[in-house]
Amino acid sequence: MMAEKPNSLRTPMGRVRYLGSAKSGTREIWHQRLTSYALLPLSIIFVILILSVVGKDYNTVRATLANPVWSVLILLFLAAGIYHMQLGMKIIIEDYVHGHGAKTIALVGNMFFSICVGVACVYAVLRLSFV
Amino acid sequence: MADTTSRPAPPEARRPLSPHLQIYKPMLTMMMSITHRITGVGLYLGTLLLAWWLIAAATDAKAFGFANDVLTSFLGRIILFGFTWALFTHMMGGLRHFIWDAGRGMDHPEREYLAQATLIGGIVLTVLVWIVGYMVR
Repeated sequence: MMAEKPNSLRTPMGRVRYLGSAKSGTREIWHQRLTSYALLPLSIIFVILILSVVGKDYNTVRATLANPVWSVLILLFLAAGIYHMQLGMKIIIEDYVHGHGAKTIALVGNMFFSICVGVACVYAVLRLSFV
Repeated sequence: MADTTSRPAPPEARRPLSPHLQIYKPMLTMMMSITHRITGVGLYLGTLLLAWWLIAAATDAKAFGFANDVLTSFLGRIILFGFTWALFTHMMGGLRHFIWDAGRGMDHPEREYLAQATLIGGIVLTVLVWIVGYMVR
């Protein structure tokens, strides 16, 4: 635990219970915004990609997804999107789930879900490019 | 947050809680705020469909054909239409947040216009994309 400044307004009980600022409050909202700036163009690009493969046969879809430019754009979309949704769900859980145990389980579940979906999507995109 | 664990207040001394959803009359600004969260959760769960589609494409023609059949079925199209709407409505809501971040659009009537623009913009973009989708198919 970080040393308390001499003029800190934290009570001794608050200090013992680890209550109070964790000094990282703005990083999450900044990253939420940062990823949303990226997702604005990337989502539009993703929609264009989907429109370009609508109704196409398997080999055409495969070739499109394996195209290096599309692959990189999909990977960027996935990275920004998965991080953004993990942050968003974290805020929702913190707002509505108050029990310590339930909140911990929900936050861990959120992290696991996001990472699993992200790894599955990224693996599929890389496999389309390299296999 | 107030510390309530060390000395629980007796029931008769419970302090009033701040008013919540059921107290307020529904307003468009509030509904669009809730919609932003709901569409966010929808997109969150929708990534499962994206993962499935990408993995099917990376597997073989049979797996891809099955995923395609499910996603282009009547129910599949309804879900994908909802997914498209959630994406664009959440995107419009995000743009609204950018405007607020710049310190603008918080007063009346600007915030009402922004809420309307979020709602209408999301629907219009969804319909446009689906018209294009059916045209290029």
